[in-house]
Amino acid sequence: MLAGKFGEPRQIALEQQIKVGDFFDAPNFVEISQVHLMADTESLGEAGVEYLENMAGYDEKDRRVAVPTVTDPRGIDLMAYKKLNQEESWAELERRAIKAFEAMGILMTDTCINYQTILPPAFGEHVAFGDTGSVIYTNSVLGARSNFEGGPAALTAALTGRAPRYKCHLDEGRRGTIRFVIKDRPENLSDWGALGGVVGKKSGSYWAVPVLEGIDGTPTSDEMKHFGAALASYGSVPIFHMVSATPEARCLEDTFDGTPPAPIELGKKDIDGFYASFGRHEDKVDVVVFAAPQMSLVEMQQLADLCRGKTIHKDTSLIIATSPEIKSAANRMGLTKTIEDTGAMVLEGVCFYQMYARETGEANGWKKLMSNSAKLVNIISGYGYEPVLAPMEVCIDAAIRGKMS
Amino acid sequence: MSDVVIKGHVGIGAKVRGKALVAKDDFSARYDLDRIKGVFSRPAHKLVGENYVDTILILNTAKGGVATSWMLHEMNSRGMAPKALILNTSNPIMAQGAAFGDVVLMDRFETDITEAVQTGDDVTVDPAAGTLTIHKD
Repeated sequence: MLAGKFGEPRQIALEQQIKVGDFFDAPNFVEISQVHLMADTESLGEAGVEYLENMAGYDEKDRRVAVPTVTDPRGIDLMAYKKLNQEESWAELERRAIKAFEAMGILMTDTCINYQTILPPAFGEHVAFGDTGSVIYTNSVLGARSNFEGGPAALTAALTGRAPRYKCHLDEGRRGTIRFVIKDRPENLSDWGALGGVVGKKSGSYWAVPVLEGIDGTPTSDEMKHFGAALASYGSVPIFHMVSATPEARCLEDTFDGTPPAPIELGKKDIDGFYASFGRHEDKVDVVVFAAPQMSLVEMQQLADLCRGKTIHKDTSLIIATSPEIKSAANRMGLTKTIEDTGAMVLEGVCFYQMYARETGEANGWKKLMSNSAKLVNIISGYGYEPVLAPMEVCIDAAIRGKMS
Repeated sequence: MSDVVIKGHVGIGAKVRGKALVAKDDFSARYDLDRIKGVFSRPAHKLVGENYVDTILILNTAKGGVATSWMLHEMNSRGMAPKALILNTSNPIMAQGAAFGDVVLMDRFETDITEAVQTGDDVTVDPAAGTLTIHKD
């Protein structure tokens, strides 16, 4: 492959992977079975799209991905961008990127919750996933194995069918390094996100492996999703273990080599402090967002139940982002209509922070934002927003009143 | 005064010399930067408002999402990237972005690199040798 026998795209891909493998002292490569590719056009820019178009210009045998490859959210919902006052040039860039991806045999799933909706990997399976939330869920909850493979790296893995073997692909990279005892079980999805944020800040880096004890009863898939996404976002952490809930942590002794370190206790006051760090929007809320990660079908139903028969405030926007699969199901089950009857918009195949958040906010006069996603409120301040974290029902109440009560 | 040489892990990219921009904060291109203007935009970041273009950017650790690897490439294509990214601890995203986007990257030094180097220092980064040199005049 390195000699170019399998075409130039695979040769270039492997050269890049060797650089990364050397940087992390990887002994060799591991074969992977599927790829999740993060490549929204806001991150790609013109340069990234040109790179993809160049790849797509090779002969089919040279450009086609070697393993099943699915995509993370796009930069634009082509069905909704005009209503969001987004620019035609962004849509055009998106169309070019999609054309290039399709020429490479990539499946346009446009979702960050592929582990809930597309093809959840099996225990021990080696994969190359792109979104950090997708990676941490896959490693921790499913017991499959992936490092954070950013867009260019996931594309190289898709072309070569392998990834450098280090960190999460190795048993020793998955052993616990820091221990937490949770005194109070989070009560809702934003609490789980807040706990993930607190643990992430204390864990500190990609090389940390937090182990949590004290959680009574296995959290649901959506609870794990919000916890993991926030943990990965605040701490750049790719894996955690939850004793008696995740598959590599049947008991505490499973997770540490030798004597476990002294635990850090976390409880309600830590979660309350996390919420308080974002303040409140008691004067006005410009936009309420449910995204990051995209909503599951169950979250869509919870949202529809809270929205039924209500109308959102004339000066507040309500935006929901989900995957094309879930949107289609929600349409069929009447959930989308119930939610959109309030004046909300349900977007598909995008996520709020990946869709030109700065420019879209300026175009719509959005600054004061509320969300139940701890991940979103972490990211979005860099895009010029003033975010507040609150549970789903508090966010909906604020969308109706135009401010927090 | 003689130069100070600090050892790190072998990095990615070609040897480069420039002025250091240093903070003890962490780094993500998506979370922290206004990439069009070439400045730090996250209000909570120590370097908010600072121009990072063509600097030897020295920070603590990589954080946040996966977007940085595309973004380094995109920034470099417009001549709006740092000359080098120097971290105490990198993560895969930074390494993948450096390999793809042709950006110089080094990490894992023998000392806390955010304390050893001051903003404005004249430094040379040699990724192949795994060294960072502070030039004293």
